[in-house]
Amino acid sequence: MSDLIPIVSVAEAALSEEKAALSGLNAVLSEAELTAIDREISHVPYRSAAAIDALKIVQSHRGWVSDENLRAIAHHLEMSAAELEGIATFYNLIFRRPVGNKVILLCNSISCWIKGCDNLQKKVSEQLGVDLGQTTPDNRYTLLPVTCLGACDKAPVMMVGDDLHEDVTEQAVQTLFGDHGGGGE
Amino acid sequence: MPVIQVDGQEYEVEAGKNLLEACLSLGLDLPYFCWHPAMGSIGACRQCAVVQYLNAEDERGRIVMGCMTPVTDGAIFSLSGDKARGFRQAIVESLMLNHPHDCPVCAEGGECHLQDMTVMVGHRDRHYRGRKNTHRNQYLGPLINHEMNRCITCYRCTRYYRDYAGGTDLAALASRDHVYFGRHSDGVLQSEFAGNLLEVCPTGVFTDKSLVHNYTRKWDLQSAPSVCVGCAMGCNTLPGERYGKIKRVHNRFNAEVNGYFLCDRGRFGAGFVHDERRLQYPGLRNNDGRYDAINHHEALQYMDRACAPGKVAGIGSPRASVEANFLLRTLVGEENFAPGFSDAEQPLVELVLRLQQDSRALVPDITTIESADAVLILGEDLTNTAPRIALALRQSVRNKAYEMAAELRLETWQDGAIRNLAQDQRSPLYIAAVADTPLDDVATNRISLAPDDIARLGNAIAANIAGQPNADLEQPLQEQVEMITTALAGAQRPLVLSGTGCGSTAVLAAAGQVADALCGNGVPAMLCLAVPEANSLGQALLTGCDAPGLAQLQQRAASGEFDTLVVLENDLYRRGSSAQIDQLLGAFQQVLVLDGLDNQTTSSATLALPAASFAESNGTLISLEGRAQHHYPVFQPHAERRPSWTWLLACMKEMQREEVRSLHHFDDITRACAATIPALAGITAAAPDHHFRNAGVRIPRQTHRYSGRTAMRADISVHEPRQPVDEESPLAFSMEGLNRDQPGALLPYVWAPGWNSNQSLHKFQAEVGGPLKGGTAGARLLQSGIGAGPGTFTAPAPFKAEPGRWQLVPRQRIFGSDELSALSPGLAELVQPGFIEICAADAQLLGVTEGDGLVVTKGITKGATEGVTTGVDNTLATLEARINDSMAVGCAGFSVGLAGVQNLRPLAPVSLRRAEGWQRRSPELIGSDRDAGPGGTHV
Repeated sequence: MSDLIPIVSVAEAALSEEKAALSGLNAVLSEAELTAIDREISHVPYRSAAAIDALKIVQSHRGWVSDENLRAIAHHLEMSAAELEGIATFYNLIFRRPVGNKVILLCNSISCWIKGCDNLQKKVSEQLGVDLGQTTPDNRYTLLPVTCLGACDKAPVMMVGDDLHEDVTEQAVQTLFGDHGGGGE
Repeated sequence: MPVIQVDGQEYEVEAGKNLLEACLSLGLDLPYFCWHPAMGSIGACRQCAVVQYLNAEDERGRIVMGCMTPVTDGAIFSLSGDKARGFRQAIVESLMLNHPHDCPVCAEGGECHLQDMTVMVGHRDRHYRGRKNTHRNQYLGPLINHEMNRCITCYRCTRYYRDYAGGTDLAALASRDHVYFGRHSDGVLQSEFAGNLLEVCPTGVFTDKSLVHNYTRKWDLQSAPSVCVGCAMGCNTLPGERYGKIKRVHNRFNAEVNGYFLCDRGRFGAGFVHDERRLQYPGLRNNDGRYDAINHHEALQYMDRACAPGKVAGIGSPRASVEANFLLRTLVGEENFAPGFSDAEQPLVELVLRLQQDSRALVPDITTIESADAVLILGEDLTNTAPRIALALRQSVRNKAYEMAAELRLETWQDGAIRNLAQDQRSPLYIAAVADTPLDDVATNRISLAPDDIARLGNAIAANIAGQPNADLEQPLQEQVEMITTALAGAQRPLVLSGTGCGSTAVLAAAGQVADALCGNGVPAMLCLAVPEANSLGQALLTGCDAPGLAQLQQRAASGEFDTLVVLENDLYRRGSSAQIDQLLGAFQQVLVLDGLDNQTTSSATLALPAASFAESNGTLISLEGRAQHHYPVFQPHAERRPSWTWLLACMKEMQREEVRSLHHFDDITRACAATIPALAGITAAAPDHHFRNAGVRIPRQTHRYSGRTAMRADISVHEPRQPVDEESPLAFSMEGLNRDQPGALLPYVWAPGWNSNQSLHKFQAEVGGPLKGGTAGARLLQSGIGAGPGTFTAPAPFKAEPGRWQLVPRQRIFGSDELSALSPGLAELVQPGFIEICAADAQLLGVTEGDGLVVTKGITKGATEGVTTGVDNTLATLEARINDSMAVGCAGFSVGLAGVQNLRPLAPVSLRRAEGWQRRSPELIGSDRDAGPGGTHV
């Protein structure tokens, strides 16, 4: 987990925290984001109950949730940054580091494993030149494992961006990513 | 009481407990991690698994968690059955998958609950051969070290830090086997009670940074029962010493004072004991103003010569023991002895004593504070003046949750369930203070008022409760009065708190009125009043309420009544402005000072005598609840340091004073004091005297595994000196003796076979979580709830904010507002520079932003815009401006005790202006970075 926390010097952290506390943190989030978050807040009894939705909203606008965004959301929800960090890092689909334009979620759960997801992963990695957890140099794809996509009857499955690909074969991977340069790093 | 069967044996157990508590209370060893006696059960770690059988015929049984299973009559359990043992072994083995094999270099080693439990379940061989998870550690401040790899994810840390202590900056991050307990980013843990993580964590994730860098194992520490001198709370502590240094301070359980927890000022604030400013030898001032070290015979002879003519005045100390103060009072005579308060503080402390003696309300201990179901705090910022009370108040607001739980017949130990049930519903807690306080997050409401208005508010509440409402309050305030009255009058156990911290006698008196009015309605109300120092209340009890103050002594000295002044452990420059104290000391021909530390007062002395600290001497201290408690020397003082009572007794013996002829031991002084001062008659009951023996032997300060005694001084000499003999207490500087079944006041460390960690405490308790087997330490001196009532009280006139004029109000800080905490290296890093707090609107009119300088002057300027006083220099201080919109209108808060505030006095009217040429510590933020707050301007 801790590798998700960017290490900054103590002095920097203290300064940035102080600054964040003083300067209007709301300025970090866009008007559209704040409106959407406020709509969620209006549906729940506690502001902090909108935490997951708020994180998803910001991620949908920016692709990922930076430290600054996280502090701004926490401020807006009247909760501490540590509490919100606990929620953000609990869910593996809230990204606390930058990801590519499309995230590839390759299922490695039991059905997909029986149906050979390990070979698929090798194929994807070979095509894109990235390992699990890495982003292609052109920033098009980030490859991540996922525990289940809820389509075991169509195993092996994988998601690319918002599209679910079922009964994936190495051939299908070749077709999908064939035009990608690959071998990047 | 239910009878349960455990492994074929029948036991009678207390109803309403869970099986784990019951087993531990019965002396049966059942391993656990996540459960904590002060925090209840959540059933997270699965370590206390046992087998429960449906009935006598059931041979298979099922595995249940001890901490989540209520004891019911006739229930049949097995702790030692193979199934339960195997399960518990598997749990430890799984926790060990990622736990490093670093015990030899881990600060927890030797007192690690995880080690104990691993041995207890019999898990020996690791089968896992894979890679262990590793984490990056965070910087958590100068006090606490973080080593996340050792974590076994029991969640005790966040449950303590967040749920119990109300901290918000430590959380459980990530999920599965990546779980990480830490902050959002590196930084100092913000809770005032963070240090308890060291004792709450069952292994070495959170360790004491100063101990880690100057390490000694628990079994090599010499320790003795002690009492914290950080504030007036009187928390029981266990300082551990080796090589003449206090290595660390642990909590010493006292069910009625501090329970399982200390504040960080107490835990990390003992560093002054080996500060380089400690005096080593008596110093006699020579002609060029420097000091010549002299030996103690010469020093005593000098004292004798100085005191013999009889024109001697004495200034005692609210941070010195009752005994030392009593001896000084005997030496100089009752009428020539000042208790050592500042002139502003003396009436406040005397009023606290009078209110507690006169009140019909009960003076509560910590358990009764935690039982309060409605709380009103008037004027006091308890988190910063008596922090342990604030932690107890955080538990008292949960009584609403327990009420809701009782309706659903949930046991009180069902922690997770009850927190889920109650969410943010709390018992009423109202705070009236000059500005925000750290307890605001659990308060129903906090009202910012000037001290006089707080007193008026209290007075109106008291009148309302008594059924004679007076309607002279402003409308918004009147609404608050109604709300608070309803909350307090509807409560079974209402509690009113105040203290000397806001500097106003009117506020204290108002608190007394409210508590008394509640008693008048037949409710057993409680009244808790905080005083500043470890023995403040003891000084009030010793001197009664008509002792001379500093100003009076100065006048009498100036008139030639005195030649000599003896100052006991008191830095007078903290008790008045420099000019006042210079004048006071200058009025005497010679000034003898007994103190541990080199400070401005010792530097003004003719003769300075090195006094032993609390950790090197016996002493009785009287806490804010009137509890006399005894602290024992942890180690022998070095060089020519002597306990103050030793210096004073020797001096009076040298003078052949009649009063001390029959005093030979420390206990003799205690007894003489009890016999002389009726109010202190009970202090002899605080602890057994030095004749006490436990089953015929002394109580050891060293554990039975204490090692290296012959080698410790080998770098100095290979000859091992004789162990010091303690003539003054029943404790021995030795590992020989019996540390078991002794009176509660004499517990030097906790250890039991198989239980090396602090969790062994339950072996010393009558029942797990309950009071010590040997009785609760200390003796209460105040007869609670028998007073006739505080009499009538006239509320002050409403506070009027005047243009260009502010009332100075004290803002207390847990680190630095007292005399000693800033001297500990770790805490010193957290002490802020002195500051002045004003609201944003005032700041705008004064033309300052956060971090600018403000000049504080006395007197009144004609208009703030002019900002110049005419005539003499009236400057009192130049301090950093802080903007705080919660400040009461017309008030300016000043940081008590921090650098630069020496000349500022609570409630003084002052003027403020922007300081020219002020060097900012941080970059300036532009105006639009801050929203202008609602704080009203009056300038």
